[in-house]
Amino acid sequence: MRIGTAKQSYAADQALFDSATQRTWVLVLVLALIAFPFVADPYWLYLACLVAINIASATGLNILTGYTGLVSLGQAAFMGIGAYTVAVLEQRLGTPAILNLLIGGTVAMLGGVLVGIPSLRVKGLYLAIATIAASFIVHFLFANLGVTGGTAGLSVPPAKIFGVALDTSFRIYWLVVPVTALMLLGAANLFRTRIGRAFIAIRDRDISAEVLGIPLLRYKLLSFALSSFYAGVAGGLWAYFFRVVTPESFPLQMSIFFLAAIIVGGMGTILGAILGATFMTMVPEFLKLVVGWTSLGADSLQYVAPIRIIVFGVLIVGFLVFEPHGLAEMWRRVRRFFHLWPFKH
Amino acid sequence: MDIWFLIEITLAGLAGGGLYALAALAFVIVYKATRVVNLAIGEMLMIGAYTFFGLSTGLSWPVWLAIPGAVVASALIGGLIERIAIRPMLGEPPISVFMVTVGLSSILVGVVELAWGADTHRLIEFMPRDPIVLGEAFIAPKVFYGFLTALALTLAVLLLFRFWRGGVALRATASDQGAAYAMGIAVPRVFSLSWVAGAAIAAVAGIVVGSIGGLSPTMGIFGLSVLVVVIVGGLDSIAGALVGGLLIGVVESLAGGYLGGEYKLLTTFVVLVVVLMVRPYGLFGTRDIERL
Repeated sequence: MRIGTAKQSYAADQALFDSATQRTWVLVLVLALIAFPFVADPYWLYLACLVAINIASATGLNILTGYTGLVSLGQAAFMGIGAYTVAVLEQRLGTPAILNLLIGGTVAMLGGVLVGIPSLRVKGLYLAIATIAASFIVHFLFANLGVTGGTAGLSVPPAKIFGVALDTSFRIYWLVVPVTALMLLGAANLFRTRIGRAFIAIRDRDISAEVLGIPLLRYKLLSFALSSFYAGVAGGLWAYFFRVVTPESFPLQMSIFFLAAIIVGGMGTILGAILGATFMTMVPEFLKLVVGWTSLGADSLQYVAPIRIIVFGVLIVGFLVFEPHGLAEMWRRVRRFFHLWPFKH
Repeated sequence: MDIWFLIEITLAGLAGGGLYALAALAFVIVYKATRVVNLAIGEMLMIGAYTFFGLSTGLSWPVWLAIPGAVVASALIGGLIERIAIRPMLGEPPISVFMVTVGLSSILVGVVELAWGADTHRLIEFMPRDPIVLGEAFIAPKVFYGFLTALALTLAVLLLFRFWRGGVALRATASDQGAAYAMGIAVPRVFSLSWVAGAAIAAVAGIVVGSIGGLSPTMGIFGLSVLVVVIVGGLDSIAGALVGGLLIGVVESLAGGYLGGEYKLLTTFVVLVVVLMVRPYGLFGTRDIERL
């Protein structure tokens, strides 16, 4: 049983990582993330980067949907805006990568605010469908604006940090993972401020929130802005990682994927977005492995895609029906067990 | 501008809109009774069409047997979905139920791909093939007969709602679940009934849509336009589904004819955004959104 966690000051009570055990584990995690690229092979590095990008975007969606209660099916479109902005900047101007990511995030943020304006008038499902509309309109713009290179898309030169081109999984890892970690830290801290708490109040009961003096429109728009900023930066990372951006890169299915990730992980928790995005990204890889083990041979490959879609759906439905609080809740239960061990309660 | 071209396009749009209206009807029945926004509507259409394909081509049943067979099978699937995935979600926030249907749509697409592969298929021809000509305007026969089917089925549903006991129970549940329960209506059974009916109607729409445009696992994209139709018409209004269906059908057809095919979905969604900004509850919807 974990003991010795009595808090002696308000500062200690409000700390982000509030116990020595937790700080130790965070340190272990950071060291593991630093050591990882030196021991892993390129395939695992590729997966790690993909997972990190998805975590960044899922965290953004979680701010909007999990914490503020505004369902959005436009996350992929905002990622696309970020990705295209980064691609154009890198191709035409060659500005520094970090600056590009920030500008990409900002442009996506403006898009998010624009899409968020209807959230004054509609909410719930109507808003969800309005965001579907927005993502189709954005997709159309990608395919038809001159600067985006039409359906052929744009190819992105590798990001350069201090003159080093980040053109391998090993190198891009050092851009993707720290940026994602920073964004996660930002999100975790956001919900310790009045802005984050206002979001939660709006989610729990928007009318009460307004009565309490929270200007609804401003905070809803702020939530949209933050969420799409995250999406934009994640999209920028995506562009640097895959090095090519086309209108088909960010389909509606991708938005659904992120929504599924935060449902499976647990809505309204930072950990939920991390676990959910990791889990949902790894499931297809795991399936490929499993199908590889079975003795179906060459035939097996044609079954992978449909099975993946079915598993995806079953995960969404299963988690919603049986574990609405997601993986984060399961994780909490495991942790509680070890905290209290050897007692039951 | 050629006036007959305009008329031809408008007629084709109206006929296509009839199918939207039919699919929207399937959506509205489920929404009215159970308050579930069924994002899987396009995939339910698809299941109906594929079942018909399986029965008619795979098992070579005659058409007159395969169509009812597919409708009944889809209705059973609808009931099964309600029982397994929707019933446990009673009382959960609408967003969760909505996401369950998103998951369902993904499962349905996967099942279809697993059973029939990802390639496109053609349904057997079962409609008359003589072209329909009005003045100088030409309408594809499949589209025309599809419209007639949609019209007949819609009328039948409206009559059932009006006079059949089950239809009355459905309307009662829609207007007040608690009161309906207290008056002795088995509300859970009405929930099942609405999903069964919705799936059956969707199956008919799917068979017609499939016979016009062919079958593929991406057929569910049709459902997106249907969603726009129901939002424009109002989620809980049958009249809205009909008017919205025809309206979106014509708008899409005009956009496709004068601007080009890639503008179809764009125009539809622009219409959606405009309607949402002006009348957030749809043209005929009940004004029950809390506004702030």
